[in-house]
Amino acid sequence: MSTQEPAPLLQVQDLHLDFGGVKAVDGLTLQVNEGDVLSIVGPNGAGKTSAFNCITGFYKPTGGSITLEGVDITGLRPSAIAARGTSRTFQNLRLFGELTVLDNVRAGMHLRLRQNALDALLHTPRFRRSEREATDEANRWLDFVGLRGDRGGLARNLPYGEQRRVEIARALARGPKLLLLDEPAAGLNYGEKNELLDLLHRISVLGIAIVLIEHDMDLVMQVSRRVVVLNFGREIADGTPEEVRRNPAVIEAYLGKDDADEATSEEMSHE
Amino acid sequence: MTTNFATSPARVRALFERIQQNRYLGLIGLAVALLAPFVTATNYALSVMTSALLFVMLAVGLNIVVGYCGLLDLGYAAFFAIGAYVSGILATRYGWPLLATVPVVIVAAVVAGIVIGGPTLRLRSDYLAIVTLGFGEIIRITANNLTITGGPSGIYGIPGITLLSLDLSSPVGLYYTCVVVVALAVLGAARLGRSRLGRAWRFIREDEDAAEAMGINTYRVKLAAYIGGAIWGGLAGILFGAQLSAISPPSFTFLWSALILMAVVLGGMGSTPGVVLGAIVISVLPELLRQAADYRYFIFGILLIIVMIFRRQGLWPARAAERQSRRDMRKAKEHDLPKAKEVVP
Repeated sequence: MSTQEPAPLLQVQDLHLDFGGVKAVDGLTLQVNEGDVLSIVGPNGAGKTSAFNCITGFYKPTGGSITLEGVDITGLRPSAIAARGTSRTFQNLRLFGELTVLDNVRAGMHLRLRQNALDALLHTPRFRRSEREATDEANRWLDFVGLRGDRGGLARNLPYGEQRRVEIARALARGPKLLLLDEPAAGLNYGEKNELLDLLHRISVLGIAIVLIEHDMDLVMQVSRRVVVLNFGREIADGTPEEVRRNPAVIEAYLGKDDADEATSEEMSHE
Repeated sequence: MTTNFATSPARVRALFERIQQNRYLGLIGLAVALLAPFVTATNYALSVMTSALLFVMLAVGLNIVVGYCGLLDLGYAAFFAIGAYVSGILATRYGWPLLATVPVVIVAAVVAGIVIGGPTLRLRSDYLAIVTLGFGEIIRITANNLTITGGPSGIYGIPGITLLSLDLSSPVGLYYTCVVVVALAVLGAARLGRSRLGRAWRFIREDEDAAEAMGINTYRVKLAAYIGGAIWGGLAGILFGAQLSAISPPSFTFLWSALILMAVVLGGMGSTPGVVLGAIVISVLPELLRQAADYRYFIFGILLIIVMIFRRQGLWPARAAERQSRRDMRKAKEHDLPKAKEVVP
């Protein structure tokens, strides 16, 4: 909370989101710095995805503020927030199923392609160049995420694990400083999870800060530099994976109060 | 024998796919349109063919809105009416040559697109359809009530098209003018569909939220689709006035909007060759069924229902897959194991 440092990449301050009487997010404060790999964990209904949707503009928070690099983005439309350097994936895959894999990735490049309607109508050299660059870059991102399937085919025809990769490639093609991944490991098999782990490391090497919501504790413990634990829309712990694993409040949230005393961190570590 | 049965439909399908993917298809279509008057050039045949061309232009324009962007517009005839009335009024009351009205019509279409689309495009699916249906009727009824639009009797004496000293007002001249304009309109819509903007339209059709998450301002992109459709419709309206030399409110009823939409759906939403084919079928079929007299629209309806039962995706659906060029494949191979740094934009 020191004020001398440059503004953090993402600062969420006292965020509230009510649905009628339900407090989905209840005073969440969260900070993400450049290069962070931060996991948000918590029981189902803890407000993880709701917080994500507030940060990315899909929900309008009922209170609190969100700033990105010191600029207030609270309540902006999702596209405006994305344009400021964030990118996200969705909990239940939201690919453009009836479009090709390449087109899906080109979606991420939309804001960066320099061509207008007139270029498209006249097929100017600028249009051709921009289309060529888009295709090349889309191919490079698909290489980066390690896609093996047919790139010219429809996205919905790919196997599930491959679709997850395409969604990450699309999000990366946005050119984000901050990448928000909502349960990227859901539904992946063991081998695919290891590949995801490797991919997350490589994304981090690019200098992109990652925030992920994840239930798979193996993955969380291996990839995160920091872990934030939510329960009932509030933050109950924030620290390194080791610190969070030993935190009594976390153990209580996961195992219930009665068991907390005897419980080791078994539930969280799988070791 | 059995293998023959098994393979022949596949072979037919493969052949059909090859035809569908033929890149000279557009040129073949244009050649057919250019040569048609040499087969039959009666005034009746020319008028049917000219109407078919106008229908193609309207269907291609509506396809931008419905096919590419997935916005159900039930009042498309409104833009057609605006184009016809604006050019008709300027030509008959102020003596403008029709060609000079083109820029004004484009501006009027853009304004109408913004006025109609601005408030309504915040709505989704069914609500949008209902509101556009209402706007289509409002435009027609307004034309019926104003004096400048000639009220119920409309505008008559709209001159033909003249290009410099070239008089194109004869049926043949008008037909060839339409061939050129409509060919450009079809090409233009297809090119837009394959551009950055066209992709953004499809992203919205597929998943509006995911498109927003990629930084696409869906409201503005939808408005762009609406304006595009309005321009195509408005320009078709000029040709319509030139063809009939008289326009009146009954020319722009809901039936028109419905028939244009039918052409798009019948041909295959989002598919340029499909929509062109659909428009030709919708406009020419009733003429071919003329012998059935009173029953022709009945037969027409039955045929449409049959097509939609057996070919729901349309006569000529949009090509789904993208063929990767050899160059792209090679490029992809070169980057088989990319260094992380290379990828940073």
